[in-house]
Amino acid sequence: MNKLLKIFDVAPRVKKYVVHTPVVSKHCLPGQFVIVIVEEGGERVPFTICDYDREQETITLLVQEVGYSTHRMAMLKEGDELHALVGPLGNPTDLDEYQNLVLVGGGIGCAVIYPQAKLRHQKGLKSDVIMGARTKELLFDIDEFKANCDNVYISTDDGSLGTKGFVTTVLQERIDAGDKIDCVLVVGPMIMMKNVSELTRKYNIPTVVSMNTIMVDGTGMCGGCRLTVDGQTKYACVDGPEFDGHKVDFDEAMMRSKFYREHEQKCNLRG
Amino acid sequence: MNNAPRNKTLHQSAQERIHNFKEVNLGFDDALMLEEASRCINCKNAPCRTGCPVGINIPAFIKCLTQNDKDGALEVISQSSLLPAICGRVCPQENQCEGKCIRKAKLGGSVAIGALERYVGDYGLKKGTSALKAPAPNGKSVAVIGSGPAGLACAADCAQAGFKVTVFEAFHKAGGVLVYGIPEFRLPKDDVVAKEIDKLKALGVEFRLNTVVGKAITFEELKEQYDAIFIGTGAGLPMFMNIPGENLNGVSSANELLTRANLMQAYKEDAITPIYCGKSIAVIGAGNVAMDAARTAKRIGGGEVYIIYRRGREEMPARAEEIDHAEEEGIKLVLLTNPVEILGKDGKVCGIKCVKMQLGEPDASGRRRPEPIEGSEFVIDVDQVIVALGTSPNPLVRKSCAGMEFSKKGTIVVDEETMQTSIEGIYSGGDAVTGAATVILAMGAGRKAAKAIIEKLNERV
Repeated sequence: MNKLLKIFDVAPRVKKYVVHTPVVSKHCLPGQFVIVIVEEGGERVPFTICDYDREQETITLLVQEVGYSTHRMAMLKEGDELHALVGPLGNPTDLDEYQNLVLVGGGIGCAVIYPQAKLRHQKGLKSDVIMGARTKELLFDIDEFKANCDNVYISTDDGSLGTKGFVTTVLQERIDAGDKIDCVLVVGPMIMMKNVSELTRKYNIPTVVSMNTIMVDGTGMCGGCRLTVDGQTKYACVDGPEFDGHKVDFDEAMMRSKFYREHEQKCNLRG
Repeated sequence: MNNAPRNKTLHQSAQERIHNFKEVNLGFDDALMLEEASRCINCKNAPCRTGCPVGINIPAFIKCLTQNDKDGALEVISQSSLLPAICGRVCPQENQCEGKCIRKAKLGGSVAIGALERYVGDYGLKKGTSALKAPAPNGKSVAVIGSGPAGLACAADCAQAGFKVTVFEAFHKAGGVLVYGIPEFRLPKDDVVAKEIDKLKALGVEFRLNTVVGKAITFEELKEQYDAIFIGTGAGLPMFMNIPGENLNGVSSANELLTRANLMQAYKEDAITPIYCGKSIAVIGAGNVAMDAARTAKRIGGGEVYIIYRRGREEMPARAEEIDHAEEEGIKLVLLTNPVEILGKDGKVCGIKCVKMQLGEPDASGRRRPEPIEGSEFVIDVDQVIVALGTSPNPLVRKSCAGMEFSKKGTIVVDEETMQTSIEGIYSGGDAVTGAATVILAMGAGRKAAKAIIEKLNERV
């Protein structure tokens, strides 16, 4: 179970894993996530599903080495198995009512918006995508997006590919150019999702963000993933992970996401 | 009649145990067991039995013990309870069997029924599973959702009746609250919980871990594949107080702390899963979960731990033994006190502002209603706050089981006799139905549902 059928290097310290999981691949939809335990005794780590193939019974996960568990995962080889994998968890993306959707991905967040682009393409719905990263080496799957989206825009902080600047630079350009944008779905670092939400707020463009909070069980039991949305406490695992970006308290969410950083550093030294 | 006082179980000393996670209550040794068993006067009307949610024939099993007939005692208990090693440890006996014991008031105190049950349960675990055999299959199948006490009890009875039982569990370990909630020092995981679960496996029960019903497999699929379904998904989302500061770093639910410590074993030095315990900790609430959280935090953090509760000691809902143990371990009870704000600095907890309370007229629960005393606000310096105020039902079942009836609170509505939900063939019991309650009530509900399932499916032959 949970065999890693294929592993691809897609960017420095970023790998794509094709995992055999008949139950998850049968039911999952874009926007949902899984929780993985890499090896026995390991922690439970949430990853958003980046692609799925119901016939091959696989899902695809994109994992960036940031801490102990992702480092351990990076050491696995094709044919190895993940100790545990549970999902699909969370609610699927539900934006079919919007004709003109702009998908915004930051860094590995691009991978998370990909299944939505693909599903919309299959359904004959339009979407444009804005992909952003620090530098061109960190961008991947551009051709896959081109095959599924009407327009693909790229930004890099250093200008090594596409527009020099941030995804917000490009989004502002598209708004200024008069593009019709009914809704924006943005996935990436919290600060980027916050900045995009602040930009779209000025233009009253509905904006949905995917909150990658700290989680333990992922099934609505521990409350570790809670965040404030429109002044109310919500749970990313069962109420989300997608929320109205104009209503999320990002400053609080960013502060909460740093809580276990000291422990993580201790584990990294050991790993 | 002997007037001997109730015997105390052996314990790890408080000084020693606050530095480890080994079991606190060590139970009776053989001599103490015999002495205590002989205190039972075997009364005819056996009021203790009426206090037991599953109606164990208490005088009969204790009678066996007085003759040192452990197998006989085990046989008697097994007719009513399949998990005596667990229930002997976690039942609130003082409100149940022991609360009805006629020795309670005058004759040296109630017979220590819980400790005797545990003695028998542990004896049963030592015997292992070799005596257990899967019965001949009757060709029908039952899906049990959740492997906590309700699910395990339902699974056990259905399996013994010859049904093919599959238990679906969301976590990577079976046991539900017995594994993620109740700490190791109160209920050992490998030596007790895992062994009780091995008994079910020996009966042919299949455990499908890491599987969230409603997500990885739908109710429709279950209905096609199984003749009956039992939902024992337990309580759900932790409740918070809705006071300022609750999302500061350093504030968590008791569920989160306990899940990290118990399920993820984060109390161990080499654990991968992180856990945070401060040097001065406020635990809000006074139920068993609050006691478990406070004592866990004490062991990990080693600092001051306060239990803050808005009513008085008499009203604390936790088992008496847990409150005593907490106090012995140096945990301070701050009673008639209610938090009004959690104070923070740089995003982290630095204190908790409370108001003193007084008890007024009785409220709907029959307990005197606590009322704030104006102008009595004060601050306790803490660097962590753990909220243990119960849970609200998990929305997962509600979202994924179309057509099922739920109460206003969000709990599953069942027929009290059969535990059947509003959908034929789907049964439920335990915290998913009652809201947060006890292990034994959940077990009782699981068994009641099993009885109805067995009757229903057998008549359909």
